[in-house]
Amino acid sequence: MITKVVSNVQKALEGVADNMTLMIGGFGLCGIPENSIAELVAKGTKNLTCISNNAGVDNFGLGLLLQKKQIKKMISSYVGENDEFERQMLSGELEVDLIPQGSLAERCRAGGAGIPAFYTPAGFGTEVGIGKEVRDFDGKAHILESALTADFAIVKAWKGDHAGNLIFKATAKNFNPVMAMAGKITIAEVEELVPVGELSPNEIHTPGIFVQRIFKGELFEKRIEQRTVQSIL
Amino acid sequence: MLDKIGIAKRIAQELKDNTYVNLGIGIPTLVANYVPKGISVEFQSENGVLGMGPFPFEGEEDADLINAGKQTITALDGAVYFDSATSFAMIRGKHVQLTVLGAMEVSENGDIANWKIPGKMVKGMGGAMDLVASAENIIVAMMHTNKKGESKILTKCSLPLTGVSCVKKIITNLAVLEVMPQGGFKLLERAPGVSVEQIKSATEGSLLIKGPISEMQIH
Repeated sequence: MITKVVSNVQKALEGVADNMTLMIGGFGLCGIPENSIAELVAKGTKNLTCISNNAGVDNFGLGLLLQKKQIKKMISSYVGENDEFERQMLSGELEVDLIPQGSLAERCRAGGAGIPAFYTPAGFGTEVGIGKEVRDFDGKAHILESALTADFAIVKAWKGDHAGNLIFKATAKNFNPVMAMAGKITIAEVEELVPVGELSPNEIHTPGIFVQRIFKGELFEKRIEQRTVQSIL
Repeated sequence: MLDKIGIAKRIAQELKDNTYVNLGIGIPTLVANYVPKGISVEFQSENGVLGMGPFPFEGEEDADLINAGKQTITALDGAVYFDSATSFAMIRGKHVQLTVLGAMEVSENGDIANWKIPGKMVKGMGGAMDLVASAENIIVAMMHTNKKGESKILTKCSLPLTGVSCVKKIITNLAVLEVMPQGGFKLLERAPGVSVEQIKSATEGSLLIKGPISEMQIH
């Protein structure tokens, strides 16, 4: 068996350096690799290009890296929850590439699947389509979108085994499986790390072949961005 | 004139039995509370859940279970979770039949703008561009005019577009409008207590009015 286990977050992030491109899993604050983000802040790695659906909030998630000005460029679909992000973007300090969410997911998937580009109708006739090849299929216009890969993809899973097989929980799955496929080196932080044989092969979401390093995260705060409840009538 | 809940109730009347529906952030989210009796619909949220249920009771929130608006939710029996690429395969592949979303502007050929005000506000398009490019039926839920009282229902959008020639119907605090294939907004219904004249003066784009316009039935 090929083992992917590393002992801690420091070992997991070895080799992550200035000017690299990172994919960071998660949707909002749900399913983000909290331990790795904290370690990136501690390491002080700079000029990063981060591919992540969102940019966290001011004081959590990728917002922590933005506060320290460690990010040079963000590639995201929605960044509305972060004032510091908006300030850095409007002042020109931060380069931002906004991509339709489905195209972002598929570009990651394509990057991991060895497909260099694909056509999608999303963004045709908008700013997103500017400069991109347009082609009609069945009378409908599509634009050509290219695959994305990253030096490191950092994902968060619920359970993982020593072979790097991953299981995600509920909507904390989101971008994690597709980003896991697209990293030259993929780091998975998990809540529970178990020996091989404990996860049923029928229930694994991400096969360990896509994961190079796996570790058990020390602490998961799992902050809720929009706590919404119904009152008991 | 309708409030946001009234708009949501009127949109709920558009839901068809045995369909999959994606609800956007804001007013569209409220539609889930008013599904007509006898109608079965399943709500998809593009962050990766089909079979979305109501908000949880206090103390039962799960940080790992949210909707695309990042709100805590619950999942109904039969629900399923999936990754973002699979989610948009459902959307792009037209497996989700109806999309309801908000807008800043809609033009009379069905263009929609809802993601950016240059130099002022840039939140991003999220999944909206994928949704409007692919859904068979797209309904916009919004206020008829903006905070300054200017019409959001226009000849041509002034803001950066989210999608072209895609909106089929608009339901506002004042009216139900259908975007005609040849262009223009056909006035279908007016909100309770709202006159055709009021709708005319709040609509900048070309409005098609034929015969008497009935009032919405909101319960």
